[in-house]
Amino acid sequence: MTVLEARKVSKQVSSPEGVLTIVHDISFAMNGGDSVAVVGASGAGKSTLLAILAGLDTPSSGQVWLDGQEITGLDEDGRAAVRSRSVGFVFQAFHLVQSLTALENVMLPLELTAVTGAKAKARAALSAVGLEARANHYPSQLSGGEQQRVAIARAFVNKPVILFADEPTGNLDTTTGSKIADLLFSLNESTNTTLVLVTHDRSVAQRCKRLIELDSGHLLSDLRLR
Amino acid sequence: MIPMVVFALKALGREARAGELKILFAAIVVAVTAVTAVAFFTSRVSDAFMQQAAEVLAADLRLESGRPLEINNSYTAKAHELGLRVARTTSFSTVLFNGETSQLTSIVGVSDGYPLRGTLRIANDLEGLGIATMELPQPGEAWADARILGLLGIPLGASIRVGSLSVRITHVLAYRPDQGTMFSALAPTLLLAESDIPNTHLLLDGSRATWTLLYAGAAHDIAQFQTWLHTYKSASERLVAVSESSEQLQRTLERATRFLQLASLSTLLLAAIAVALTARRYSQRQMSTIALMKSLGATQRFVFYVTALQLFVTAFIGAIVGIVFGWMAQSGLMWLMQDLIPTSMPPPRVATAGLGLAVALITLLGFALPPLLRLRNTPPARVLRQTLEPAPLSSLINYSSPLLAFSVVSYLLVRDWLLIGYALCGLFCVAVIFGLAGTLFVRMTTKVRGVAGVAWRYGISNIGRRGGESVVHIAAFGLGFAALLLLSVIRGELVSDWQRSLPRDTPNHFLFNISETQITPLNEMLASYGVSLPAYAPWVRARLVAINGISMQSQPRALTERGRAFVEREQNLSWSSKLPLDNQVTAGAWWNDNSQSSPQVSVATEFKDELGLKLNDVLTFDVAGETVNAPVTSIRKVRWDGFRPNFFLVFPPGVLDSMTGTFMTSFYVTHEGRKGLSHVARAFPNITVLDVGKIVDQIRGLMERAALAVQYVFVFTVLAGVMVLLSALEGSRDARLYEAAIVRALGASRRTLLTAVAVEFAVIGALAGVLAAGAAGIAGWFIAKHLLGVAYHFSGALWILGGGGGGLLVGMIGLLATRSVVSSPPSMALRGH
Repeated sequence: MTVLEARKVSKQVSSPEGVLTIVHDISFAMNGGDSVAVVGASGAGKSTLLAILAGLDTPSSGQVWLDGQEITGLDEDGRAAVRSRSVGFVFQAFHLVQSLTALENVMLPLELTAVTGAKAKARAALSAVGLEARANHYPSQLSGGEQQRVAIARAFVNKPVILFADEPTGNLDTTTGSKIADLLFSLNESTNTTLVLVTHDRSVAQRCKRLIELDSGHLLSDLRLR
Repeated sequence: MIPMVVFALKALGREARAGELKILFAAIVVAVTAVTAVAFFTSRVSDAFMQQAAEVLAADLRLESGRPLEINNSYTAKAHELGLRVARTTSFSTVLFNGETSQLTSIVGVSDGYPLRGTLRIANDLEGLGIATMELPQPGEAWADARILGLLGIPLGASIRVGSLSVRITHVLAYRPDQGTMFSALAPTLLLAESDIPNTHLLLDGSRATWTLLYAGAAHDIAQFQTWLHTYKSASERLVAVSESSEQLQRTLERATRFLQLASLSTLLLAAIAVALTARRYSQRQMSTIALMKSLGATQRFVFYVTALQLFVTAFIGAIVGIVFGWMAQSGLMWLMQDLIPTSMPPPRVATAGLGLAVALITLLGFALPPLLRLRNTPPARVLRQTLEPAPLSSLINYSSPLLAFSVVSYLLVRDWLLIGYALCGLFCVAVIFGLAGTLFVRMTTKVRGVAGVAWRYGISNIGRRGGESVVHIAAFGLGFAALLLLSVIRGELVSDWQRSLPRDTPNHFLFNISETQITPLNEMLASYGVSLPAYAPWVRARLVAINGISMQSQPRALTERGRAFVEREQNLSWSSKLPLDNQVTAGAWWNDNSQSSPQVSVATEFKDELGLKLNDVLTFDVAGETVNAPVTSIRKVRWDGFRPNFFLVFPPGVLDSMTGTFMTSFYVTHEGRKGLSHVARAFPNITVLDVGKIVDQIRGLMERAALAVQYVFVFTVLAGVMVLLSALEGSRDARLYEAAIVRALGASRRTLLTAVAVEFAVIGALAGVLAAGAAGIAGWFIAKHLLGVAYHFSGALWILGGGGGGLLVGMIGLLATRSVVSSPPSMALRGH
């Protein structure tokens, strides 16, 4: 079943040099449980495409369908509702709220949607990433790897249909990065979540079932790896 | 809705725990503390002022009539309904005799409860200052002015006849609070129980007497009653409120109130700037969290309501804390001033606490709403690209929201749209000029930064690098300094004007009925008591019989009660070649050597208004049977409370000189010299001596209290100013922390960094100070001239104080506030970032 589909998606922005096209006419579709790595050089348009696919940004033209709904036809709040229901995020810079403990950070998406039993669910998610003992620590008291594990727990706690990860290992050393990738893929496997991963790390990209390569906003290749 | 509120409160608790809201909270606490402390203090001082001023009337409100006023009339019923206290006095003049000696005396009968404000003082000897008493003369008793006993030569305890009543003089009346209200009645007072007045059989139908009802109570009840009375009283009855009791008191009260209002507005402005700066920083810091929440599915509405609710709760708690601090601050101030304030102060008004709450909420709403609205629009894609920012709001919202909030809160504080209008116009001009000057200056710094050492270069380059922020700092500091400098300038002018208007040597005695031949021996005698040679004003009594040739009986004009009195009573006419002191010609021209030979008259504005006169109207007077015709050639505004002889009607010399008149004079005599004046009365029995020292002291006491208030209220404004500094510095703290870490990681010493910070802030502070001095100078002149009516003196010291003080203060506070930034280990800052 198709959970994410992009149809002729383009994004243009104005700059001092004139109108720039960052994403050119990109179309592809993903099924549930699939994992795709979006790769390309810096400035290739990876993060912009991710933002459009996740409904964080709107394309200049084209449509995006997410979990059966055309999100490009929705307003900001409509897209937010889709995100809260169907989407999880993991970011390069972790984006943990510094004033919240690990547990509270994981509870955040549940509290936003007023889900009951938020605390128990968040504890379970932290436990799944091996950080139960650090539940009451603040981000500044955690290492980079631990912070990213909290972010992963937060991303999965809502049982999203699709998970977007933007350079999830980009701020981590190779060993920690590899452990984080292990965690991400094992959770993807066990929860049957669809994973869209933007990365520079070829070894991480190779672990996805599919590889999309961008070059200057154009879809250069779309390979099925397994 | 409920999940949102729960989420907001939970998040608020977490943010509070993490200290994210502490600066905003502190700004609100300081705002409310400063505004409520000023308001509490102002309310107490102005209540005390009104109370003391009310003493002059012996009441908060007086209703005077030339016809009997029953104490149990409909007015009294209404007054009692409003919870007011009521008393009555009846006063008239009569001549008292002791054998062959006679003395014109003012008989005052007082009912129970008199005086409603202030206290009577009685003494048991002629020269005693007296002690306060709550008693009143009992039926059959009288309390007499020392002058009555001295002039009639009767001892204390003796009986005297008042009409058909015989009363025993049991005490010397040393002071009664409303003695100044009958200043025109020069006769000494004999105070009786009101129930004795009918027994004198001196008041028959048509007798000349004044019946007065006195009212006192809570300010708003009095105000309500005054409005009611204005509607229902008869035209012949005169209402006298505290503010009308003395022109000088009224001016003092108005100016003090204006100053306190300005201080309140300045404090509010400073506090609002602090709130705006901290709200700006708070929203900046919240932007990433908001983007994250939105990426996790929070809607714009959710984000807005959650943030607004959090700010509302913060403001509410901040307001409560601020109100408590404000109350404590003014209590502390009162404690500090206990030796300076002679009487106990009335308690602060409870309503002021509500004002504090309103100030907190409206200020926050107005000044934090624009950043909050902008926060709502944070693009969720910011989680991927930190450089993404919400689109700027329209200028309309950006400027109208704080403007509206400032106007509303200002109105709550000062209730004077004119003043608020001036303040807003001034603010707008100053903000624009400071913004432009700041921008120009920031651009200039990029050109001069290479001229000194590394610390200087780094410090100066920081100003240019943080261009927008530096401009905001210059404008914010500039506004803050301008408010402080303005208040200090105005305060100085106001206090010195008060000191000038009633100097120590203000005349405290008047002498009347002096014949021309007595002037020389009198001068010699006065000199021996240390009195410097006074000026003598001649006067004769005359009756106005016609205007423009039409007799007063046939005049078509409708006269006021006072106007009728001017016509019915004899008037005092004086003559002078020079315009007397305390007089100002408002229309026509004063005579000169050439023009003074012809008969003409200069008329005081009161006389002109009551009789509806205009220039060139010809007045006809009957002076001891002789007719004098004189056209009105000038109108004078007279300051009656300068305690010098002044007249409604003044002629040039040569017109009345031949009439038999007498002279009057006024002078200052020290407490020691005072005793000698009883010898004057004895040596010149025809001369009337009137001691007005107590009235002068009464007024001076009020002015000193007002001066004290304006000095101390200033302290709170300064505190609010310091808060602006701190909140502006906090705004750039994060960026500074990171930059300092990088520069230190590259090998810069702490000393270099501290010098750079000091240079950066001192330069910004000095510029802000110089701009502020300019603004304060111009605004000070405008306010002094147009709002307070005092003279203004431009001073170069303002520039030195502004530039030097600004540089020093901002440099020092900048250094202190960013010390921790420079001191924290670079690794921690870099990692945190």
